[in-house]
Amino acid sequence: MDVWFFLIQALNGVQYGLLLFLVASGLTLIFGIMGIINLAHGSFYMLGAYTAYWLALKTGSLLAALVLSLPIAALVGFGIETLLVRALYKRDHLDQVLLTYGLILVFNEAQKLIWGSDVHAVAMPAVLNWSFPLTDNLSYPIYRLVISAVCAVVALGMWWVIAKTRFGMWVRAGASNREMVQALGINVKLLFGLVFAIGAALAGLAGAIAAPVSSVYPGMGDSVLILCFVVVVIGGVGSVKGAFLGAILIGLADTFGRVLVPDFASFSVYAVMAAVLLWKPKGLFA
Amino acid sequence: MIVAKGIHTFYGNSHILHGVDFSVAKGETVALMGRNGMGKSTLLKSILGLVSPKQGSVTIAGTDMTGAQTHAIMRKGIAYVPEGRGIFPNLNVRENLVMAARPGIGGRRDWTYERVLDTFPRLAERLDNMGNHLSGGEQQMLSIGRALMTNPDLLILDEATEGLAPLIRREIWHTIRTIKDSGIASIIVDKNVHVLLGLAERHVILVKGRIVYDGGPQALKDDPEILKRHIGL
Ligand SMILES: Nc1ncnc2c1ncn2[C@@H]1O[C@H](COP(=O)(O)OP(=O)(O)O)[C@@H](O)[C@H]1O
Ligand SMILES: [Mg+2]
Repeated sequence: MDVWFFLIQALNGVQYGLLLFLVASGLTLIFGIMGIINLAHGSFYMLGAYTAYWLALKTGSLLAALVLSLPIAALVGFGIETLLVRALYKRDHLDQVLLTYGLILVFNEAQKLIWGSDVHAVAMPAVLNWSFPLTDNLSYPIYRLVISAVCAVVALGMWWVIAKTRFGMWVRAGASNREMVQALGINVKLLFGLVFAIGAALAGLAGAIAAPVSSVYPGMGDSVLILCFVVVVIGGVGSVKGAFLGAILIGLADTFGRVLVPDFASFSVYAVMAAVLLWKPKGLFA
Repeated sequence: MIVAKGIHTFYGNSHILHGVDFSVAKGETVALMGRNGMGKSTLLKSILGLVSPKQGSVTIAGTDMTGAQTHAIMRKGIAYVPEGRGIFPNLNVRENLVMAARPGIGGRRDWTYERVLDTFPRLAERLDNMGNHLSGGEQQMLSIGRALMTNPDLLILDEATEGLAPLIRREIWHTIRTIKDSGIASIIVDKNVHVLLGLAERHVILVKGRIVYDGGPQALKDDPEILKRHIGL
């Protein structure tokens, strides 16, 4: 085990962390701002992966598939918010959990009906299908760096929208006083529908861009959902900054856990969560 | 500007407003008066769609807005300074103002960010402070400034001078007078009856969700018994 090995694992961990952040940021925004627990958020990740797989087959271009799968996830998210979730804003969390758990079942069943139960590989675009040589016998796949870069750019863009634009101000204002936002002439229902759609699109993008690395398979959204809840809890519910740190932490813990203590691979994530919560019971940025 | 007819509003089983008729003409300043708990705030919220009346109709600028959503009602040219001020604690002063900016009906842009800061120079000194780090007076100025950023035809002020130091209170009254003189209509709810008598063209007194007086200030000045009986002055 040498320094290159650590570097590669660290890069993998950060890449996985950034990917988790795309999913977890939507989850934390939707919970922090609208008070909705959305168990079906991982399904958007799966939806993104499967639409990317399917569109890549149809169009022959992964890039086209990535670009197209974004609006699809956004539209499905918007539809679900408008038709179903909207009715539950004033209800308690148990009702929301029941509805969105039901949605997971619907999504998973629909996935099987449309695409079957097989695992499918998704081809990497040829231009990105090479590795960056590190030493004589070690190299790093360029596609993973691209994933990291795209996720980092999206994270930065999201920070900019939330911190600097009027849309971001409305969203933050809506988190603290929904009624007052409406009283200023802003359509909060539409605003929340858009936030939900953006959250879905981010999760879809994560699933789509990860598809060539992870393959697509039934139930792939479920394990991501669980990790994302860990991320949100570690970061402090509702905090995007916290979700970012939490995601990187969990990405690294998961990756190093797999290679250093393979027998306890999944344990490492929860060990980190327990440690953080012992130190800060409400998460890093609550 | 606003015509509300036969408004009945409930909170759960308690019947708060009992068939209230209330109107404001273009450019008119109306004082809405009454003791605590008589339903003044509830009437305002019923008009704005923040609570849903069981019965009654609301027409705004000639359009029937009964049962409409709050944001659509506000877009008819109404701005609201609520009881408690409604400042966003997690936005700074600049953001609290900028987020509300929009042209008024017919594209009027009389009130800009700069003009609001000219009107409330204190706010200009605290642009980067978060809403919850302001004094009560500053929050009140911010709430009024934010309302003006929407270039309203009608400004609704619910207890805008409540809990403020006398000096700040004077400053707020001065601003309200300036706003009135610029031709913006207003509905003012306030404990300070004497200022209202000198300011408003019409006075409406609510007692237990019913209107007991609706008229000019002169009758109230001539017959102090009316105020004494209904407001306790
Ligand atoms: N959200 C609420 N739920 C239940 N009762 C309320 C609520 N808000 C106000 N009330 C009651 O309605 C009545 C009228 O209140 P309000 O309109 O706030 O009076 P005012 O503004 O004239 O002081 C009071 O008896 C008050 O206790
Ligand atoms: Mg009141």
